[in-house]
Formats: sequence, C-alpha cells, structure tokens
Amino acid sequence: MKPPLLHRPAVVKIVAPLLLGVFLLLVWQVLCTAWKVPTYLVPKPTDILATLWTDGPGLLRALGVTLKITFLAFFVAVVLGVAAAFLFVQSKLIETSLFPYAILLQVTPVVAIAPLIIIWVKNPTAALVVCATLVALFPIISNTVLGLRSVNPGLLNLFRINGASRWQTLTRLRIPSALPCFFGGLRISSGLALIGAVVAEFVAGTGGTGAGLAYEILQAGFQINIPRLFAALLLISITGVLLFSLMAWLAKLSLAHWHESEMA
Amino acid sequence: MLMKYMDIEPEPTLLAPDADSVLFANRVEKTYPNGTRALDEVRLIIQRGDFVSLLGPSGCGKSTLLKMFAGLESPSHGHLRWLGADAPGKSGLKIAMVFQEATLMPWASVAANVRLPLDLAGVPKAESESRVQQALNQVGLGRFGNCYPRELSGGMQMRASIARALVTEPDVLLMDEPFGALDEFTRNKLDADLRSLWAAKAGQLSVIFVTHSIYEAVYLSSRVVMMAARPGRIVADLPIPEPQRDEEFRLSPAFTEHCRDLSARLLAASGGELQHD
Repeated sequence: MKPPLLHRPAVVKIVAPLLLGVFLLLVWQVLCTAWKVPTYLVPKPTDILATLWTDGPGLLRALGVTLKITFLAFFVAVVLGVAAAFLFVQSKLIETSLFPYAILLQVTPVVAIAPLIIIWVKNPTAALVVCATLVALFPIISNTVLGLRSVNPGLLNLFRINGASRWQTLTRLRIPSALPCFFGGLRISSGLALIGAVVAEFVAGTGGTGAGLAYEILQAGFQINIPRLFAALLLISITGVLLFSLMAWLAKLSLAHWHESEMA
Repeated sequence: MLMKYMDIEPEPTLLAPDADSVLFANRVEKTYPNGTRALDEVRLIIQRGDFVSLLGPSGCGKSTLLKMFAGLESPSHGHLRWLGADAPGKSGLKIAMVFQEATLMPWASVAANVRLPLDLAGVPKAESESRVQQALNQVGLGRFGNCYPRELSGGMQMRASIARALVTEPDVLLMDEPFGALDEFTRNKLDADLRSLWAAKAGQLSVIFVTHSIYEAVYLSSRVVMMAARPGRIVADLPIPEPQRDEEFRLSPAFTEHCRDLSARLLAASGGELQHD
C-alpha cells in the first residue's frame, strides 16, 4: 500500500521547501504593506512579479546573453579541466610542477584580472567567457584528479595480473572510478560558471544589445528601479538552481545504478 | 606432548623443481625500505595440481609471497620461476587471483565483472558470454549475472570473485585469505565448494591459499606450508593426505589430530609468543 500523497518522500522534498517559500513571501508582503516600506528600498513580492511581467522580454534577452556566456565557459572549463586532470595523473612530476599554478588560477580573484583580460581579448563575449572559465575551471581539475586517483588498489592489481594495457586500465577502471568525483566537480563548477559570467559582466559593463543580466542590475541600481533589480536577481538565482538540478540529474542518470551517493 | 615439536623442522629437503613444478621460489627474500624483513630465505615448490595452504600469523609474509607469485611484487634477493620462466607473462601459465575482498567493479553487473579477464584478453563476445555463464554456474550464481555487486551478500560477492578467477581456466589460482571476512557458516560452505571445484579440475589446477585459520588449512589443502613471523620464513611443509573432504572429515579424529599437530608446531615456531600478534 502506498502512503498518502503528502507523506511520500519525493513529494515532501518538493512541497516542504515550497510551502516555506510561499510563507516567507507572504510575511514579506504583509510586512512591506503594514509598515508602508517604500518600493525604492524593499519592493513587495507583487511589485517584483509585476516588473518581471512588464520587463520580461528585456530581462529574458539579458538572461539569454548571460546564459550563453555561462554555458560556453562551463563547456570550456569541463574540456580544459578534464584534459588537465588526465595530464596531471600521467606522472607525479607533471602534477607537482603544474598544480601550484592551477591553485594560483583559483585564488586570484577574477574581478582583479578581468580588466586585463578585457583589454587583451578583443571580442567582448570571448573576454567574458575567459573570465568565467577561469572561475569554473579549478573544481573540475581537482575533482577529476581526485577521482582518477581514487581507484580501488585491489582492482588495479586485478588489472595488472590480467595484463591490462594502460589504455584498458584508463577506460575500464580509472574513468568509471572517477565519475562520482567528476560529477561533484560539475555541480560546483556549473554554479561557478554562472557567478563568473555575472562578475565578468559587472567588470566589463558591456551595454547595448550584448548586455547581460549583470548590466541590467547595474542599470536598475543607477535608476533606483529596485523592483527590476530584484527581478533580475530572481532570474539569476533561478538559473543557478536549474543549473545545479541539471547537473544533479545528470549525475543520477549515470551513477544511480551503482554509486551510494545517488541511491534512493 | 608439546616437547615432541619443540625442535623446529630442519631445512626443507632441497628438492629440485621438475617439469611439473608450476611455481618455484628459490631463496627468496624481501626487505622493505624501513628494514622490515618480510621474507627470509624462502624456498617453495608448487607442483601442478597441488592445493597448498600458506598458514601463519599476521606478519609472516604469506601475502607477500602470494603477491610475488602473482607478479605484483618482486623479491629483494633470490628468484622466482613460473614453469621455469623468470616472469609470469613469459611462462604461458595462466594465473588468477582472489583477494581478501571480493574486489568487484561496483558499476558493472556480475556477469560483466566475471567477463573482465576475457575482455582484457580480447576474447570475442560470443565465446566469452558462454564461458561467463559456465563460470557463474560453477559457483552457484547462474541466475545472478544481471545483478549488481551491491545487490549480493558478502558470500555471493566472493563467489562472483571466484567465478571471475575461474573464467580464464587458470593453471594457478592464488587466494589471499578470501573468506576471512565471512561468517563461519558461509565460510565452511565456500571452503567445501572450493575444494570440489578444485577436485573437478583433476590435477590441472594448482591452488595457493593464504589463511590464518588452522581448520581451514587442514580442511582444504593437500599440503600445508607453515610460516612464522619476524623474519617471515617457512618453518614446516606438511602433507595432509586424507582423501575424503566433507562435513564428516571436519568431525573426524584425523582432522582434530592434524589441527592439534599444526597448532603445536605453530606455537613452537613462534617461540610461544603468539599472543603478541
């Protein structure tokens, strides 16, 4: 017998946070109305929704620009990160020589080097992609390296006894073993790519048709159009959550049948 | 009673390896960089069709010796021979190993796990499928090929691991305390099944079985090689000539006598300081 709909874990997982969200929005709405908070300080949720509706097309176009940069950067980060990880595990010497520079890349704030990159790279989109890639790259490298190294030593011995080639060991043992860590890296990195894209847009301040959500937020701030600012913010947050869910779903798709982390 | 065994076995008679000697360790030593002497002057000949147990307390180097026969470690001194060749790859000898843990790939089905050695050797799929099914049937997992390892009990995972070792139809099966983590009932059952699998190979399969259980060694093997620690060395090489191995044998006076004999020798060899382990 199945438990009642509202007691099923899958339903609770969605309904519980949703209810909390609705409740908090209600409190927000009530407080703003009761204390007559001016819209230019804290807009009511209904104001934000209204702005989202009226300014929707413009904001969505900006979101499209930001998303394009995010996905390009994420894609480049995955390709470069995985390639670097494979290079690192080839020999301890390569890893020891290169890893400090990978860390250097990670700890240097992207806002600090973004002006340089924008000067060096002529194409504005490319410049933004480079900045966002720098932010998203490191988790992919470090997680994939960790995964490629965390191979069961017994299985490694088994492959050796059976005379497996380097290639066979890589494709049949190291890569499958690395997948859980790799997907962990993807999750972190997808969010960072979005953050990187937004930060880079802030620094670049690109306007016109190529304007992303960050530019919209800056403009809304200058014009004290706070509902529009909130609406743009909301879009960024939703995008981040969707990206994260997409990565979680991908991980589940490929790991659910064997890895503890993805089992029900 | 104990006095009888106090003098440690003299030098094992220096037999020379012959055409039927699948494995030969000659004056093998292993010293680790930190100075630990894992093995000291070990000489051991394994004949085709032998079922040999390496029995001893932890630290006696029995696992190290097994890994050397698998080609996973090399000796610091002395040499090893596989059918006379100086590397397992050159001998044409098929060696399979079963580890302390089942060591299955969690992302692959049981059948895919068992098929691995055949895949690595490039055996065509059509042939490997039937050999995998045969190996699974041998260990009683015929219906579990499509399961994932996590869906099986510890004992069944170990059976899958044995099937993977048997699928190549090896000449030598190296087993490193394979049933140490299992409960006693499962362990006895697997011991019995292993013994009949070996018997069915009619003298073609040599098994080297590392264990620290005297009962398991006596029940399974045709020869028990007893080792002692610090430094790891062979102290006795004893035949267990009983032909019949079943539940009856476990309860027989002969079984008890062998166990008592081994136990006393083990105690004498370690200078009565077994409790330090």
